[in-house]
Amino acid sequence: MIKLENIHRNFQVGDQTVRALDNINLIINDGEYVSVMGPSGSGKSTLLNLLGLLDSPTSGNYFLNKNNVTELNENQQAITRNKNIGFVFQVFHLIPRLTAAENIGLPLVLAGIPEAERKQRVHTALDSMNLLDRSHHKPQELSGGQRQRVAIARATITEPSILLADEPTGNLDQKSGLNVIETLEQLNKKGITLIIVTHDAALGARSTRSIRMIDGRIESDVGASNVTGT
Amino acid sequence: MLLARDAIRFSWQALSANTTRTFLMLLAMSIGVGSVVILTALGEGARNYVTAEFSSLGTNLVIVIPGKSETSGDNPMGLIGITERDLTIDDALALKRHPKINRIAPLNIGVAEVAWQSRKREVSIMGTNYEFQKIRQWKIAQGKFLPKTDMSRATSVCVLGADLRNEIFGAHSALGQWIRIGDRRFRVIGILDKEGQSMGMDVGDSVFIPVASAQSLFNVPALFRIFVEVKTREAIPKVISFIKGTIQERHQGVEDITVITQDAILATFDRILSALTYSIGGIAAISLFVAGILIMNVMLVTVSQRTSEIGLLKSLGASSKAILNLILIEAILLSSLGALIGLILGQLGCWGIRSAFPDLPAYPPAWATLASILIALITGVLFSLLPAKKAARLDPVVALSNR
Repeated sequence: MIKLENIHRNFQVGDQTVRALDNINLIINDGEYVSVMGPSGSGKSTLLNLLGLLDSPTSGNYFLNKNNVTELNENQQAITRNKNIGFVFQVFHLIPRLTAAENIGLPLVLAGIPEAERKQRVHTALDSMNLLDRSHHKPQELSGGQRQRVAIARATITEPSILLADEPTGNLDQKSGLNVIETLEQLNKKGITLIIVTHDAALGARSTRSIRMIDGRIESDVGASNVTGT
Repeated sequence: MLLARDAIRFSWQALSANTTRTFLMLLAMSIGVGSVVILTALGEGARNYVTAEFSSLGTNLVIVIPGKSETSGDNPMGLIGITERDLTIDDALALKRHPKINRIAPLNIGVAEVAWQSRKREVSIMGTNYEFQKIRQWKIAQGKFLPKTDMSRATSVCVLGADLRNEIFGAHSALGQWIRIGDRRFRVIGILDKEGQSMGMDVGDSVFIPVASAQSLFNVPALFRIFVEVKTREAIPKVISFIKGTIQERHQGVEDITVITQDAILATFDRILSALTYSIGGIAAISLFVAGILIMNVMLVTVSQRTSEIGLLKSLGASSKAILNLILIEAILLSSLGALIGLILGQLGCWGIRSAFPDLPAYPPAWATLASILIALITGVLFSLLPAKKAARLDPVVALSNR
């Protein structure tokens, strides 16, 4: 479960302080399907980075599964990221010199999991993404949709509880985009908390909960589950 | 935490994905290591060459020179000296008393014309005794060396150097022939084997006659040198003080000789040539340093090129330390591979030098090989620390947005 408490995130741009996040209070329960929408500069990407522990708040507290992760040091945050959080990016961010299987296995490599176990889990992940025949292909030999499915397999290989997707269909044609979204939604049905940042209203409409942000604030939050965690 | 094996594999893949960059860095590193190996091998080869030359003088050799030079002992050639009293055959005979002295050979040198039939040649004439050949470890090609007689007895026999024999006699047989040296006649009793140049004397173009004969031929009673072969290396200091004491006694209390040992000469040359080896090794090490700077530059470029990859790794759960290690492992792989190639190149170069100059034992010393590998690794790591730290410090948000 995610709980944000009075989160502020300020950036210094020249003399000006930009309030990218301005007093955000938010609770997202396990297994929710949340879309974050809003115009450019509304702070939705900053929110996603913060949720993914890639960024730290200027002030406020972030509780992940009741642990105050803002108090963790850099190394502990890295471990938390590896175990609990999966990222899917608009530009896929696959490493071009590694094969699909190697890209998927990367989080396990970083976690220090032995090769035999890694192989097993990568195989399962490839299978579930229908990519088994592509396992030895380099990213440039894959289609956009396949690349994004490799990225999703990589994001979910450590079985995280939260999947953060930043415009996951932004670089895909409609058909592959839909395929990717369906893949993500299937994962959500299996229990993963799915948080998607998008410009695409149609995509946003698919989620069970929509958060709309403007100027670093949550303007509207529709469809929040009534369970209020503490 | 990242397993070492996986980290190495990951870095290796990064290196092999960018062949041009990797090739250039390996080239720089291997040239650095290779030049250290080759240059120190040259220095060491020169040192060993000189050492071998001096050893060919004979073992446990002490040379007595008339006159006392101010820098006694350490003056390698001992040529500067003011003669107080002549060194005589009697002086040489007096030295024979010491039990630790194995052989004594006096030496007188002059230049005279050697003639046989119509052929004439101006050569060095060396007056000495039968022990000189043993001390210098020369081989006899034909006949024998000077006879074992009293040093003060002048006999009319001579031994020719190989070159001189060929010049004068050509196809004729030399042994038993009478030749003219200056205004006297000598019978040829032996021919030296080819010896070449030894310590500045062209042995091949010399004639050896008994020391007393040389004295009367040149009308000089004084000896040019006395060569003393000591039985053991340990006895050399005792023998030296015995020589100094005996000669001083015989020369009315004046110590007017210089005694040099082969060891002293060797030690001096050894010091000079070792210093030379170290300094050229040091100069070559600078090229390693330059290679290190190149590695730093290329690594910095690598880090900025791979910014988004580093951001990705962070988002996948790599700590700053893991990123630092990955970049350092890349540097270590590069420098150790570069060092390995450099070693192979260096050894090939040394082999080439040895093939071109068989006299020069151009083998790289072990310390230089070790030092070059260590310097390669250390510079590789040190110069990668900055780029690695830069990579580790990258803000993942900024890094990921870099497309």
